Amino acid sequence: MSGHRTADAIIVGGGVHGCSAAWHLAKEGLKVVLFEAGYLSSGGSGRSAAGLRQHFGTEVNCRLAKYNLECFPTLGEDLGLGDEYNLEFAQWGYLWVAYSDASYEQLEKNVKLQNSLDIPSEMLSPAEMKRRWPYFRVDRMTGGAFCHQDGHINPHTLTIAYGKAAEKSGAFVKTFTPVEKLLESGGKITGVQAAGETWSAPRVLLTAGPWSTPLAATVGVDLPVTPERHNLLVTEQIEPFNCPMTLCLDDGAYFKQLPNGSFFLGRDDPDEPKTMISGNSAKFLHGVTNSVLARFPGLSGVRVVHQWSGPYDVTPDHQAIIDWTPLEGLWTNCGWSGHGLQFGPSGGRLAKEMFFGEQTFVDIHNFRLSRFEEGDLFEEPAFI
Amino acid sequence: MAGTLDKDGVVVCRCEEVTQEEVRAWIAKGYHTFDELKRVLRVGMGPCQGRGCRDIILRELSQATGAPLTEIYPGVIRPPVKPIKLGLCAYGKETEMKECAK
Repeated sequence: MSGHRTADAIIVGGGVHGCSAAWHLAKEGLKVVLFEAGYLSSGGSGRSAAGLRQHFGTEVNCRLAKYNLECFPTLGEDLGLGDEYNLEFAQWGYLWVAYSDASYEQLEKNVKLQNSLDIPSEMLSPAEMKRRWPYFRVDRMTGGAFCHQDGHINPHTLTIAYGKAAEKSGAFVKTFTPVEKLLESGGKITGVQAAGETWSAPRVLLTAGPWSTPLAATVGVDLPVTPERHNLLVTEQIEPFNCPMTLCLDDGAYFKQLPNGSFFLGRDDPDEPKTMISGNSAKFLHGVTNSVLARFPGLSGVRVVHQWSGPYDVTPDHQAIIDWTPLEGLWTNCGWSGHGLQFGPSGGRLAKEMFFGEQTFVDIHNFRLSRFEEGDLFEEPAFI
Repeated sequence: MAGTLDKDGVVVCRCEEVTQEEVRAWIAKGYHTFDELKRVLRVGMGPCQGRGCRDIILRELSQATGAPLTEIYPGVIRPPVKPIKLGLCAYGKETEMKECAK
């Protein structure tokens, strides 16, 4: 194969969507080559807070999220890897906390939609939240939306396991091999140039998060996807008490306990640079701890072990772009705007269905690329 | 050699209780950087942030791959350099931290 450097499909980007797509396509007996500039999960996927949720405010995201949650419990077995990779899947729930009447009403709207799609989310009063999680400070809260099925997964092992399963199914996974440019001829994609070598394929899938934009530009395709740096920190491990993922809608602070006992803390900061280059600031450390301790003072004696950052791949309406581009044979799955990791299972399945021209299992016309030109933006009300 | 010291093997990452045998097995699977071993084994993710295991693992990588130790990328070290309490990060003072914990 290496002598020919040809494939049925080339995938650019070894995050969760690229690896999941490689597995789904390789299982069908296709010749698949995946290129990743670093190691698998080294981009946005691995930097994710890796929350799993069905709390969305648009039907397509709710339907896909429900499918994801159906996949995760048996994913290790389905990938044929047994317990080789510890996916750390846990269902300790996901809580959205409102601090104003307006955001409470939006949560109510979202939950109504979710319930109509058989997602068992519920609205909670501050008193009920205090009853369930006595360690929370609930003053100023107007209410919350909670779904007990939601939870957490390890973003690294999830991505790497998909990549390993793809290899076992016959895919070539080439890490530390950056794609320099896409190649086209006569209005059709013909392959990629990676590490100075030309690789040919009639179909190329871009799953490179914010790196998709400069790559698509090499063949004249314009993607409205831009990077946005977000930070996280992780604490030492303490006795697990199943603290759910909790998102505070006043300033975007969030926290959750992981199955090993560590806590993740994160918070939005509009001043963060719009870059794919990772980096850390003391400002984040100070801001996020202040904000989270205001809701959960009991954590003040827990030690932070490190902080990191990673890029969101943001679109104007905070929704993904899953579509064939105007260049024949080139399609994308990127622009998830911060909630993409958990959509790995459905993203891979959609890639397979699109490759074969099948009807997709969920209607994804809202994710089409042309919506930006048409001015038909498709806002997701539940993004962070 | 490990077996003569302890039936469970030589622990190289004490925070996450990872043995030399495990590290060698995962290197043999093709994980040839410290950053990748960290992702699959959690080495270096605990409270010591690799102070105990990093040098040992870099040496294992050097021996397994034949690359000189000086050419093995040590991975990224992130702040804070030492684990500090969240309350101290937030308020900078012990007194206010105690107030907060009430």
